[in-house]
Amino acid sequence: MNVYDVVIVGGGPAGLTAGIYVARSKLKAILLEKGLPGGQIATTEHIENYPGYTAGAGYELTAIMEEQAKGFGLEIAMAEVTGVQLGGPEKIITTNQGEYRARTVILAPGSSPRKLDVPGEKEFIGRGVSYCATCDGPFYEGLTVMVVGGGNAAVEEANYLTRFAQKVYIVHRRDALRATKVVQERAFANEKIEILWDSVVAEIRGNETLEQVLIKNVKTGQITPVTVDGLFVYIGFIPNTAFLKGQVEMDEAGYIITNDRMETSVPGVFAAGDCRQKLLRQVVTAAGDGAIAAFAAEKYLEEQQ
Amino acid sequence: MDVELLELTKENYEEEVINSERPVVVDFWGPRCVPCLSLMPEVEKLAAEYGDKIKFCKVNSAKNRRLCIELKVMALPTFLFYKDGQVVDKLTGDEATRENIVAKVQALL
Repeated sequence: MNVYDVVIVGGGPAGLTAGIYVARSKLKAILLEKGLPGGQIATTEHIENYPGYTAGAGYELTAIMEEQAKGFGLEIAMAEVTGVQLGGPEKIITTNQGEYRARTVILAPGSSPRKLDVPGEKEFIGRGVSYCATCDGPFYEGLTVMVVGGGNAAVEEANYLTRFAQKVYIVHRRDALRATKVVQERAFANEKIEILWDSVVAEIRGNETLEQVLIKNVKTGQITPVTVDGLFVYIGFIPNTAFLKGQVEMDEAGYIITNDRMETSVPGVFAAGDCRQKLLRQVVTAAGDGAIAAFAAEKYLEEQQ
Repeated sequence: MDVELLELTKENYEEEVINSERPVVVDFWGPRCVPCLSLMPEVEKLAAEYGDKIKFCKVNSAKNRRLCIELKVMALPTFLFYKDGQVVDKLTGDEATRENIVAKVQALL
């Protein structure tokens, strides 16, 4: 059977950067991605903090990364990884398209949006509840929407949604936003945005489509109904690492633990990007992780020979 | 071989979908929706496989906003499954996986 030097799991900025590095080193490598390469950042409307890239959408940036990796000869396959056996010198990666074998593995599966887990959320997905403003924002032309969360993703997407919606509420559980100052100031200056402080979503209601969100004030316990047409959820992320359970060391939240060489608890297995336990999850740090993981994998292969 | 899906607009929706004798699958997509773009080749494969029994169509939501709102399509990707001019099934957002689409397509047969 065909044994690769490196199999990269995931095609976001971390995986694509690792791909660029291993392909330039002429290693025999393949990147496995379950959908289109790009990862979560491909669903972000605007990137303004990736150095050297000032005007463009997330999917445009990742399309360039993909072209760059392919240009160096990286093989990219559409396959969803369902299980791994990482223990031995030859790692086995099982996918819905068959099995892959490799001497090293770079894990870059990323993370997914966290759900609210309140009554009504599931019922109204696609009928008012959304996790992708870039995908669904334009449907809310002239309507009222609500964004849940106070971090960068929430506040940036709230700003974006004001292009379409006539009013955008931000619901945040604390009395101050966590988003970067420049992003906060943009939201404060936007007349269409109203922030509901110290508040959480208690319930989502409607008939055929979403009509009302019940907001609970966490300080007073008071419940207030707010009439909205759409609800966009940006309350953080969960790592896509369920398929790695019992294979590599993770923290309680499921983030993979690595050292500064991106080495996991298993020799020859590296991790990069949002799946790692780390301080800051951004495109720029994902790319950095990917480069280090690729370099460390190459060193590991040299030492094994 | 993959088959390009029939492009729908407000003008031909009734004729191609509501009045269709064959069951119809409608794929609502948008040029900025990465999950939609990633599913499209899979749907084209299904169109090649089941095309003689089921009609496969697509709607560009960016150009047909009004039509989407009338059909209560408010998220991407969304798939509507029609039989005898009636919506019998719907997949939207995370539910719209290749596996789920195949299952709903087979249920139309």
